[in-house]
Amino acid sequence: MSPNILTVQGVDVRLAGRKILDRVSFNIAPGEFTGLIGSNGAGKTTLFRVILGLQPASAGEVLFGGSTRASPSKLIGFVPQKFLLDPDLPMRARDLVGLGLDAQRLGIPRPSRARRALVEEMLEAVDATRFADTRVGRLSGGEQQRILIAHALIARPRLLLLDEPLANLDLRSAHEVVALLARIAREQQIAVLISAHEINPLLGVMDRIVYLASGRAVSGSADEVVRADVLSKLYGHHVDVLNVHGRVLIVAGAGEDTDLAGHEVAFPDTEIVS
Amino acid sequence: MSHFLTPVFAPGFFASEAVHIALGVGTLVAIVTGAVGVFTVMRGQAFAGEAFGDIGTTGGSGAFLVGVGPLWGFVIGNLLAAGAMETIGIQRTRGRDLATGIVLGASIGLAALFLYLYTASHSTTGETVTILFGSAFAIASSTFPLIALLSLLALAITITLYRPLLLATVSPEMAAARGIPVRMIGILYLIALALAAALAAITIGSILGTALLVGPAASALRLTKRPLVAMLTAAGIGIGAMWLGIVLAYDSYEWPPSGHGWPISFFVVTLVFILYLASGLPERRHRRRGDSPEQARPALDIVHESQ
Repeated sequence: MSPNILTVQGVDVRLAGRKILDRVSFNIAPGEFTGLIGSNGAGKTTLFRVILGLQPASAGEVLFGGSTRASPSKLIGFVPQKFLLDPDLPMRARDLVGLGLDAQRLGIPRPSRARRALVEEMLEAVDATRFADTRVGRLSGGEQQRILIAHALIARPRLLLLDEPLANLDLRSAHEVVALLARIAREQQIAVLISAHEINPLLGVMDRIVYLASGRAVSGSADEVVRADVLSKLYGHHVDVLNVHGRVLIVAGAGEDTDLAGHEVAFPDTEIVS
Repeated sequence: MSHFLTPVFAPGFFASEAVHIALGVGTLVAIVTGAVGVFTVMRGQAFAGEAFGDIGTTGGSGAFLVGVGPLWGFVIGNLLAAGAMETIGIQRTRGRDLATGIVLGASIGLAALFLYLYTASHSTTGETVTILFGSAFAIASSTFPLIALLSLLALAITITLYRPLLLATVSPEMAAARGIPVRMIGILYLIALALAAALAAITIGSILGTALLVGPAASALRLTKRPLVAMLTAAGIGIGAMWLGIVLAYDSYEWPPSGHGWPISFFVVTLVFILYLASGLPERRHRRRGDSPEQARPALDIVHESQ
């Protein structure tokens, strides 16, 4: 058996003649924390859809534990992008967590002590007991993320996929969610694959980076990937990687691109340090 | 005892077969519309519910024209409409309102023709009023088995699909990631909604049917924060409005202009509306006291951003 929980091998995706993903390959080992970094439109959401089996690849394959036949829906917990729940949904936070247990089954769930205990345990794991009985749509963005993570975790997945979970969060909530995910990966040996357009909130916790630009990917440790030569090759033109007080800035190099006419121009995924 | 109750229940209320049927049908239909309606409101498909009401008008008037019971017209019309809505993309956010609107316009035009042809050949407008505004007192006892069957069918679909439908309503993406066939679930739910709308139409009229589908459900969503409790609450509110509406409509035979009872649908819809307004009171009280953590968001915003 392969030691990797997920293997993405030479995946191509073409949609309406456009190449969205171009020979994307990387591995994820059990319990590993991986950041999928790329600007908007780099292909992050499409890559997630391929992994989830919702988008067929034009070429290449996705393997779970070395097998192509494993069902992604049983192995993966998923938290989708830009997710804000309807504030009037008649559903408590704990109801949504419980739905994570058996939403694919038919009929109305029978309440049981075991079920309640499991939901309670998950709520504690994401530190959400305090607001477990509030309408889930009326929680803050960070609180909703915790509930969605608990919803995904309760079915005991081997891999947790989160699409831009930090996008709508303030800095403190983002930091808390990242710390929570790192703890889950470490303690429960669940691999975490999290997409983000900013690299800095994830720098301290990532075991591996998959850096995506215009459909192509490089992967490795942060030290192997976040380098001027590697990213210049990926972007197809010169970029500089600057370290400022422990934060990384990726900027277009001067003079290389005639359109930029010698100005220092930041890429969309660049941090502006204030 | 009966003397004591006379001011509430007019003489003959409990002896009348029409009242028995109205109470039986009203109860069944209130349960179905309550359970189905909670999902209609959560999924932001109130407009589709309204559309079924209007399309039911076409089906019902067509049924009169060819000489079969209006319920058959409502059911067949709504199921055809559900197929049409699905074909032109009711489950896509943008396509939804537009597609429904287009089907609706064509359908109401047809209803106008059917009702004209019927009135021209029978020189009576009674059936037109029955189709549009309903009369629970005019339901034939022979229709009751069909009503019960359709009620069970719509209820069975909703209860069987409860869990996957709930997750697909909260987030189609999360549901799809779990291997739930989101589109198939949506189609089956649309069938349950079409049946519930037909049942509401036979009870309180095709034009007013949505009120029973959406009103009690919207009230229930304000009163409870648990999905199953919301379904039961909506059914309870619907039953309350139906029963009180039937009592008042029966009593109204003695109101001016005497000899003609007021329309039962008027009472039911008005009660549903009053209960909807009243259901907003607990939340407003919370908000004024400022002790609710739920106060920051608008009270009614049934639009799903992520569908």
